[in-house]
Amino acid sequence: MKVLLVDDSRTIRNIQKNVLAQMGYTDILEAGDGVEALKLLESETPDLVLVDWNMPNMDGLTLVGRIRQKDAALPLIMVTTEAEKGRVIEAIKAGVNNYLVKPFTSEVLSAKIEQTLTKAKTSA
Amino acid sequence: MDARLINSFVSAVRNVFQTMASTEVRVGKPYVKTDGPCSADVSGVIDLSGDATGCAVLSFPKVVACRAASSFAGVEIDVDHPQFADAIGELANMVAGSAKSDLRGIRCGISLPTVVIGREHVFSHWRTAPRLVVPCKTALGDFFLEVALRVEKAAAAPRGAAP
Repeated sequence: MKVLLVDDSRTIRNIQKNVLAQMGYTDILEAGDGVEALKLLESETPDLVLVDWNMPNMDGLTLVGRIRQKDAALPLIMVTTEAEKGRVIEAIKAGVNNYLVKPFTSEVLSAKIEQTLTKAKTSA
Repeated sequence: MDARLINSFVSAVRNVFQTMASTEVRVGKPYVKTDGPCSADVSGVIDLSGDATGCAVLSFPKVVACRAASSFAGVEIDVDHPQFADAIGELANMVAGSAKSDLRGIRCGISLPTVVIGREHVFSHWRTAPRLVVPCKTALGDFFLEVALRVEKAAAAPRGAAP
């Protein structure tokens, strides 16, 4: 399984990579913003995307919208400091499958990933 | 500054350091600082805009910043490490993001983080908004939360509240 991590913080991406490695997922792609992610998606087909909201060049919400124009099924998890209810609703409307607020523990992140992948499998 | 505002930032600092750096934060008595530079050498800065404007700063002595960055990242990080500023900036980002979500009725946007390294730096918001300093004690060493925030638009009263 291939996972795309989109976050402008390399530290957060490394933490996410460690959690994914513990789950047995080591095929990881990384992007520092939405523009980089879209570029990667021209040639790569990940099975899951973790995306931050606030990033330079193109934010996560815009990226989610752009991905959904082409792919309605790709599992997307928003991982962000944006915790207000209105923001969560906005992200769900844009097409995210799950939502995780920073700060997060490794346990909560891995549970969200499992939950998202399981739901994606059952609805496929 | 409204106590509710600073309490949101204090809760956020505790939560972020406990969750991401496995470190308990004990806060000292907050005090107002009317002038002078930032309290320490390394600052992670987030600007806030919207119903409240200003900035939130995590200000660390260099050695404490390195320990905090290392504990957060899970690898040894010194000031020259390419991930040093990223880690400090992300800690500040999570603190400001968590705090703003707790400011019910006050809608704010937050900037991308900036990290300043060097002695006696100042920020322009300190000239326009009251600045509150909260000393933070941790096993990694002591640092400071500095918040300068001016509420531009008061929070709406809860429904049913007396006028």
